[in-house]
Amino acid sequence: MRNAFIKTLVECARVNDSIFFISGDVGYSVVEPFAEQFPDRFLNIGIAEQNMTGVAVGLAKEGYNVFTYSIGNFPTLRCLEQIRYDVCYHNASVKIVSVGGGFAYGPLGASHHCTEDIGILRTIPNMVVSAPGDPLETSAIVRWMCNIPGPGYLRLNKGGDRVIGEMGTILVPGAPREVRAGRDLAVIASGAILEYSEGAIDTLLPGAALYSMPVISPIDALRVVQLARQFERIITIEEHQLNCGMGSAIVEVVSDAYAEGILNRVPCIKRIAIPNRFTSVAGTQAYLRQMNGLILQP
Amino acid sequence: MSMRPIDLSLRIRKKALQLCHEKGASHLGGALSVADVLAVLYGEVANVNPKNPSDASRDRIFFSKGHACSAMYAVLQELGFYSGVEDKFAQNGSIFTSHVSHMVPGIELSTGSLGHALPIAAGTALAAKRKGERWKIYTILSDGELDEGSNWETILFAPHHALDNLVVIVDFNKIQSFGTVAEVLALEPLAKKFEAFRWRAIEIDGHDHAAISAALARAASASDGIPTAIVAHTIKGKGVSFMENKLAWHYKSPNADEYRAALAELEGV
Ligand SMILES: Cc1ncc(C[n+]2csc(CCOP(=O)(O)OP(=O)(O)O)c2C)c(N)n1
Ligand SMILES: [Mg+2]
Repeated sequence: MRNAFIKTLVECARVNDSIFFISGDVGYSVVEPFAEQFPDRFLNIGIAEQNMTGVAVGLAKEGYNVFTYSIGNFPTLRCLEQIRYDVCYHNASVKIVSVGGGFAYGPLGASHHCTEDIGILRTIPNMVVSAPGDPLETSAIVRWMCNIPGPGYLRLNKGGDRVIGEMGTILVPGAPREVRAGRDLAVIASGAILEYSEGAIDTLLPGAALYSMPVISPIDALRVVQLARQFERIITIEEHQLNCGMGSAIVEVVSDAYAEGILNRVPCIKRIAIPNRFTSVAGTQAYLRQMNGLILQP
Repeated sequence: MSMRPIDLSLRIRKKALQLCHEKGASHLGGALSVADVLAVLYGEVANVNPKNPSDASRDRIFFSKGHACSAMYAVLQELGFYSGVEDKFAQNGSIFTSHVSHMVPGIELSTGSLGHALPIAAGTALAAKRKGERWKIYTILSDGELDEGSNWETILFAPHHALDNLVVIVDFNKIQSFGTVAEVLALEPLAKKFEAFRWRAIEIDGHDHAAISAALARAASASDGIPTAIVAHTIKGKGVSFMENKLAWHYKSPNADEYRAALAELEGV
């Protein structure tokens, strides 16, 4: 995903000279192609995420579409008020990119477990929140973000370079993308856990449909409601705390639609997510997912 | 318990190498650069108690550059806080995460997000002052993390509150994650910056045990209301020629050949 990100950003920057890239002193052996080709639109600002975000807003005010880049919680939670007040309130064109969503940096410990970002960021007005599940979704979102003004968030896995399903249709932001058809039960996965979900669904939930949810906010309520009509049961799965994640966003839409009489029946929705606790041990991404119950089951 | 720093620093380096080699971990360069500071601090100066890690009278040591955990886990094991880190380090289900964790006996604070420890150390120092405690508070910072504004808020705060019980040691190894300090965000003149903020700044060779020892002694005897910053000039990767001053060794884990060659160099010293 990192590679798809930087490759697409370089392509976009070639034809769009408003693209600016700021790294918070990370990206060794990943971001060099951008730095080398566009030295006057690249900056390593140092390990200073608050400054990075503020400087990005200043650049955005003067016409740049600025991508800020760091690891896990550093470009987001570390500078959250700059994001809320400077980026989002001023609707500044700052796209925040985090590498290592979920437990991608599992062995590195709690500082590097990025498991509340979606929930926190999707409560902030104007913020577009995305968590692609494969390189094609990553590229599509990067292209889109290069062309839209305003704030954005892109959560990347470290690896995750396998293409999942076919990107036959173009990205519809906020809508679930059908990865495979099925009946009765729909699994909606967001982010890199899509790859696991696709691998596990055949044995654990044969016949179920699989959807990917790469853009979580703003959500396409209409299409989510369509899914709720179509399926008896929905399972959401994400590498994020149970509170406030993609599953919560789905439940909110469905519940609101029911309350407003748009839906006259609600499906049974089961949310698979991290059970609102810290993980204070080391472990690979696969190990920590399993330990936290991120396993598809009926 | 005291341990000769000269022995301890070698053991720290060897153990850090072993941990990074066997478990495929990163951040060896910054572990090797800080080994001598840790050896003198833990071996000779600090009052810590492996039998009772939360002994109320202990000196508080905050290791802000948590990514260099291999050195920290090594020194605490050498002192007897625990054993078997070589089996557990960075493994599934282990508390020995590859940034220092406060679940591990002897570690005051989990760090890994840079620029967090100094404010907490200052709060601890303030508590000691308010309670009339005589123990000291040591905080080890990397040079790169001085990019973070959080540190500078505390650098302003500590002298204002006369926290002469607070000692900062900067592992000034001149390299951060994606370039040299001079390229990315220059710090020099660093000692002068601390002085301008009304700190006592002591500049030393951070691999010279006598100099480290003398600087720590000066800091420990302070009673003038002025906090001490020891600017320790070090070499990232110190002790292994092919790792010294190389950005790549912020990331790389030594393979079998590199491990053998590195051990041979260290033992030859
Ligand atoms: C807030 C924050 N931003 C970014 C990182 C990613 N990161 C890990 S180590 C490091 C820099 C390493 O250089 P330095 O701080 O000088 O440490 P040392 O040279 O002692 O290893 C960075 C940017 C981080 N850990 N925390
Ligand atoms: Mg450094």
